Amino acid sequence: MEHAPLLTMRNITKTFPGVLANDDVSFDVHAGEVHTLLGENGAGKSTLMKILFGLYQPDSGEIRLRGEVASITSPTSAIEQRVGMVHQHFMLVPTLTVAENVALGLPSNRGFRTDLDAVSERIVEISEQYGLSVDPSIEIWKLSVGERQRVEIIKALYRDAELLVLDEPTAVLTPQEVDDLFVILRQMTANGTGIIFISHKLHEVLELSDRITVLRNGKVTGDTTPSETNRQQLAEMMVGREVKLAPDKPHVDLGLARLQLRDVSVKGDRGTIAVDGVSLDVHAGEIVGIAGVSGNGQRELAETIAGLRPAESGSSVTIDDADLTKAGPARTRAAGLAYVPEERMKDGAVGEFEVSENLLLINHGDPKFRRGPLFDFAKIREHCQRLVDQFSVKTPSLDTPTSSLSGGNIQKLIMARELDSRPSVILAAQPTRGVDIGAAEYIHSELIEQRNVGVAILMISEDLDEVLGLADRIAVMFEGRIVTVIDREAATREALGLAMAGG
Amino acid sequence: MKRLTGGIVPLGAALVAFLFGAIMILTLGASPVEGLGAMIDGAFGTGDRVAATAVRATPLLLVGAGITIAFRASVINIGGEGQIIAGALLSTALALAIPDTPKVLLIPLVILAGIVGGGLWGAIPGVLKAYASVNEILSTIMLNIVAIQLMNYLLRGPMIDPVEVGTSRIPQTERLTDNAAFPTLIEGTRLHLGVPMAVLAAIIVYVILFRTPLGFRLRAVGHNPDAARAAGISVERNIVSALSMSGALCGLAGVVLVFGSESLRLVTDGGSAGFTGSAGFNGIVAALFGGLHPLWTIPSSFLFGSLLTGATELQRELQIPNALAIALNGLIVLFVVSSDKVRNWLDLRLDRSMSTPRSETAEAAVPLETDDLEEALEETT
Repeated sequence: MEHAPLLTMRNITKTFPGVLANDDVSFDVHAGEVHTLLGENGAGKSTLMKILFGLYQPDSGEIRLRGEVASITSPTSAIEQRVGMVHQHFMLVPTLTVAENVALGLPSNRGFRTDLDAVSERIVEISEQYGLSVDPSIEIWKLSVGERQRVEIIKALYRDAELLVLDEPTAVLTPQEVDDLFVILRQMTANGTGIIFISHKLHEVLELSDRITVLRNGKVTGDTTPSETNRQQLAEMMVGREVKLAPDKPHVDLGLARLQLRDVSVKGDRGTIAVDGVSLDVHAGEIVGIAGVSGNGQRELAETIAGLRPAESGSSVTIDDADLTKAGPARTRAAGLAYVPEERMKDGAVGEFEVSENLLLINHGDPKFRRGPLFDFAKIREHCQRLVDQFSVKTPSLDTPTSSLSGGNIQKLIMARELDSRPSVILAAQPTRGVDIGAAEYIHSELIEQRNVGVAILMISEDLDEVLGLADRIAVMFEGRIVTVIDREAATREALGLAMAGG
Repeated sequence: MKRLTGGIVPLGAALVAFLFGAIMILTLGASPVEGLGAMIDGAFGTGDRVAATAVRATPLLLVGAGITIAFRASVINIGGEGQIIAGALLSTALALAIPDTPKVLLIPLVILAGIVGGGLWGAIPGVLKAYASVNEILSTIMLNIVAIQLMNYLLRGPMIDPVEVGTSRIPQTERLTDNAAFPTLIEGTRLHLGVPMAVLAAIIVYVILFRTPLGFRLRAVGHNPDAARAAGISVERNIVSALSMSGALCGLAGVVLVFGSESLRLVTDGGSAGFTGSAGFNGIVAALFGGLHPLWTIPSSFLFGSLLTGATELQRELQIPNALAIALNGLIVLFVVSSDKVRNWLDLRLDRSMSTPRSETAEAAVPLETDDLEEALEETT
């Protein structure tokens, strides 16, 4: 028993009524390794982790910690047994300091009085040990997303976690922050911590993991290491069929410039210039990708094109020669813009609305959906059913609340609605962020389809693979400016990376 | 499962509130059974009393229907009182100005004046919220006070009953022209035109909210203004619409209170609820109890109307102050709101206990349609 794994989960089965969430799953983690759990939404990763964290009890199977059979009945008992979890959505009180957040829920050594000095000292120790560099006396709201995540890690380490679960930790981080996080995680494994890394970003998984376990429909479908596999194989293990990570793109002759941006400058939320004199043409039949680390003005630029954010004087935005510089969203859409916003649940869809209502969000006023002053629900259902079928949106019914669909299906719903408006220009911001591979593949093929029939597409994406796979031309944004525009054929990952960093 | 608790919870809350009411009656030295009997008798004992209950419920229903529009658009309209007064003042002024207009013309005209008065009074906080980000809870409450003082001034000065000038100076208008009086529908009772009008108004609100593009936009803005704006829907315009329509229905309640009353005049006592009888607030309660659904607001308003008429009888029979009705009102709201918290807690427990799957947890695992009341209370708390 000298090298019993830190964690062994053996033959775990968990059913919910009608759903086999985990089917005979076996999984182990050794001290000092990163073991990745890879799988699409609903594959059973979360259920397995909730079992490990004591939120669910398995129907059968056993959990061993350090070789001993463990009974984990609640998150508290998980923490006592030195299992820590960093949730995707942070569990921090923004108005409290780092030290106060770390101490929250722990007994003080000084009875009723807090013991924050001792806590701060220990935080500094942990920070130094792992290179986390966090000031214990600063309030959470002053920290960046990456720094908040470090506080969550410190919280777990402070509670002596030997096994740390990180649930999609990179989803909210910029590429630079991801690199920093990986350095920290490697430092932790070097010190003997075992890490369970949950992600569906394939290149990150390949970069960080020691071992990879792939789940699909509750079953283990792959158990491999980065040296034995590649992105294509991993994607196919996740989806269970052949996938095209790089879609086919036929040659299309360029048409006229349909979207024209001239010297567009925009102020951000803080009143400082976020977009600084951007000029760009997008022609019929091409996809222009805007690459860049988030926060370099892409969001503001997209909002300005969509008519949601005013441009500074001297700017000009036109679609098919209609001047839309001062137009609001309604006029911009009437001029032929389809807009797939970056945050689909904030700007793209009304979560509480039924699927059919969201499909109708931009054209509910169309007289063809009315009989007299009232909605003609028969016609509306027919229209929505056609869109749902055509774009294979997986939904139990047209009346299902949209928020209960998966991210990929919500995005397909938004695409269906937007493309049905027969746009001349499509503005798609992060079109496949957080979307499963199957849906992403589908969304990409739809965008290319639109390009082939002469729509001008401006795609903003932080995902370099997506930009390289789809775009005909690539513009790189840095600090509000377009620093370079490269033809796809001439673009390399290295050159783009350098431009994204402002070099 | 959730749908079931959705219906049972408010009724359970009402029951618990009545239980507390019974305890209060007990401590006042009377029998709760007799008390309940007196209340039921007072509210439904005779045909005339049923009619009186319906009449008491009418302003609550109109205000409640108006409130559902505003709350569905995520606009918290607490200005029912002021909007009632604005509608009453404008329609009364019109009736005073053209008393000789024939009945068929004057009744629609005073109704229209009430809608316009209340609608404009509601539009003010709407414009302030939409274009200057003024919190509508504060502005509507403030405008209640403005309306009350405006009414007090007008009824003590320009609009006062000439008979009162030299004498007791009761703040009231003269008896208005019979040409504007709401016709009685059943001879011998007080059931007047306003009652079916209010029911019709609630049905129209339902149709607007759920079957027209306007209602679609209001609800879209209410649930997610960002997505609505990105889709090309004007958030500002719909906020103004929501508050104007809400105010218009409250204004209509003001018309009913004047032209459906036996005294046929606008009369107050100088206090804050002298004219409205707090209908502008009780209507909010009725709307919340009806789950912010215009159709459920109909029975809900009649329940609260019966509470009001029942309490009058309670006072007469058992000498129990009719303030008990107000207390019951408050208790029901309290229990409905807090029982929702209890239910959330129950749902959480159900989620946790999914480790031992039982038949009733089956539905908890699949997403269910959001219950109307749950939605309503989440929006308001």
